[in-house]
Amino acid sequence: MNSSYLFSILATASIFTLLALSLNIITGYAGQAMMGIAAFFGIGAYTAAIITTHDGNFLLALLAAMIVSGVFGAVLGVISLRLQADFLAITTIGINFVMAAVFNSLKITGGTLGLTTSKPVIFGLKMNNMYFFIFTTILIVIVCLLITKMRHSWFGMALASIENDPGAARSFGINVSKYQILAFIIGTALAGLTGGIYSHRMGFISSTDFAFVVSIQIVSMCVIGGLGTLRGPIFGAVVLTVLPEVLRFADNYRELVYALLLVIMVRFMPEGLLGDDSPVWKFLVGLFRKIKPRKKTRADLIAEKAKAGEYELSGEGGQA
Amino acid sequence: MFTQQLMNALAIGSVYALTAMGATLIYGILGILDIANAGAYLIGAYLGWYIYYGTGSIVLAFVLSIVAVGILGILIQKFIYSPILAKPNTLSIIPLVAAVGLFTMSSDLVRLICGPYSLSYNFDFGVTSIKIGPVVLVPAWILIFALTAVLLLILWIILNKTKLGLAWRATANDPEIAKVCGVNTNNAMALSYILGYGFAAAAGIMVGILYNSITPALGEVPSYKMLAIIVLGGLGNPLGTVLAGLIIGFTEVFLSAYTSIPIPKDAIAFVVLIIMLLIKPEGLLGQKNKI
Repeated sequence: MNSSYLFSILATASIFTLLALSLNIITGYAGQAMMGIAAFFGIGAYTAAIITTHDGNFLLALLAAMIVSGVFGAVLGVISLRLQADFLAITTIGINFVMAAVFNSLKITGGTLGLTTSKPVIFGLKMNNMYFFIFTTILIVIVCLLITKMRHSWFGMALASIENDPGAARSFGINVSKYQILAFIIGTALAGLTGGIYSHRMGFISSTDFAFVVSIQIVSMCVIGGLGTLRGPIFGAVVLTVLPEVLRFADNYRELVYALLLVIMVRFMPEGLLGDDSPVWKFLVGLFRKIKPRKKTRADLIAEKAKAGEYELSGEGGQA
Repeated sequence: MFTQQLMNALAIGSVYALTAMGATLIYGILGILDIANAGAYLIGAYLGWYIYYGTGSIVLAFVLSIVAVGILGILIQKFIYSPILAKPNTLSIIPLVAAVGLFTMSSDLVRLICGPYSLSYNFDFGVTSIKIGPVVLVPAWILIFALTAVLLLILWIILNKTKLGLAWRATANDPEIAKVCGVNTNNAMALSYILGYGFAAAAGIMVGILYNSITPALGEVPSYKMLAIIVLGGLGNPLGTVLAGLIIGFTEVFLSAYTSIPIPKDAIAFVVLIIMLLIKPEGLLGQKNKI
């Protein structure tokens, strides 16, 4: 395998990883049924492409892509307050179709001809697949760190409570509307950023790049890996990008195998291969524990001592 | 000209209503957005074609195709959807993902088995057109009107006049309470699928005759347009679905006949849907608490 082919796959995989992570914020953490992430991916892609074709700076174009996509996301967030579960899923599917139609007919987006972008230069480096891969991977690391931080912040906990039960969250005084809209803004802004990278890495975009099928692929990545975890979407995105390449010899049956895997997955393991409740993940964690046992906490030590009969567990046990 | 467009809109609207009826019945009971219904529509159209060319009888094609696809529906419900729904804490998009997978599988299987090219029904009505005053009627439209009316009547009788229909309505209303009252909810689910997939198969054959061409991509447009129609009709409400199908049919025909809007015809349904949802989020005839 030559290295340019390898880096082309890696660049694609990293871009879809970032996109899957953006969907995961909305659907995994905030629990909102988002089936049209490709629309926001597209908004970002076209925004950035239009700016750089008018001699704008690439990094500034990415920032603009984030902002424009985030603004559209805020609007959807407000709409999402009125719609629940299935209605929201269908509305987002609808937004995806309408946006794809808009990309295909507006003059500024190049209509059916699409837009051609030139390879950007960052810090004197002309971006090729390898640099795109490195650039996107750095972004993935930053996003993962931010998400981990977010999960342990008040915002992250509020999102988790909304995902669990919006009614109960509201009764505890959590401003559900605010956090829900915020989740949409963050998720769609990240999707927009990914779109900006995508349009420059591809060199050419047209409306078919942002069709509903793409949204389904991203949802599949999250679901197969495990929604609501960090490892899940990353794993799913890498597997679903590499799998079609591996199956290239059976090109005719590729779609069928892909669909079959999807059905088998959601039928037997809806929590995803690496989801928190998945048997695969539990097995891996168990294996890891055997190799490297968890550092004993004070509670474990007390429990062990109690088992050995060194002292009775009573009210004063806490003093030991 | 206007009456002509009206008849055209009515024909397209009827097909939409019939196509979306299957998804509505299934949503009414299981709460699944069953995109795979468009797969049933596709398989129905192909099965119908083979039976029609094997036996030469269009009636046999309709009946056998409806029955076979209906049975397929029960199998899918028993072995795929029910186990998924039985798991606790299933996210609402999980069944939808399963449906998308099933739909893709059906399209691809049809492509691999029957070939990627288009097939023609070449059904001969005996007359090419019927003139009533200024209106020219295509015989295929009359077939569609008649069949839609008959199928909807059968549906109405089953749902309103039979015990099974009573069980269906009870289950749709509240599955827990229905179960407590001794209703066999499994039967109601099976009824949803046999009717739902059967209707889709009938719609597939009708579209095959109307446009005289079936391809493995036949289900792609209905797969999502169907969703817009069932939501517009209030999710799980059969009467609302008929109304919504007609509204979308009329909007599409009249907007593309009398205006030059830049969005493609197939996206209109969703524009109508999004506008409507913002004004009335529970759908045309939906109850507020039933989501």
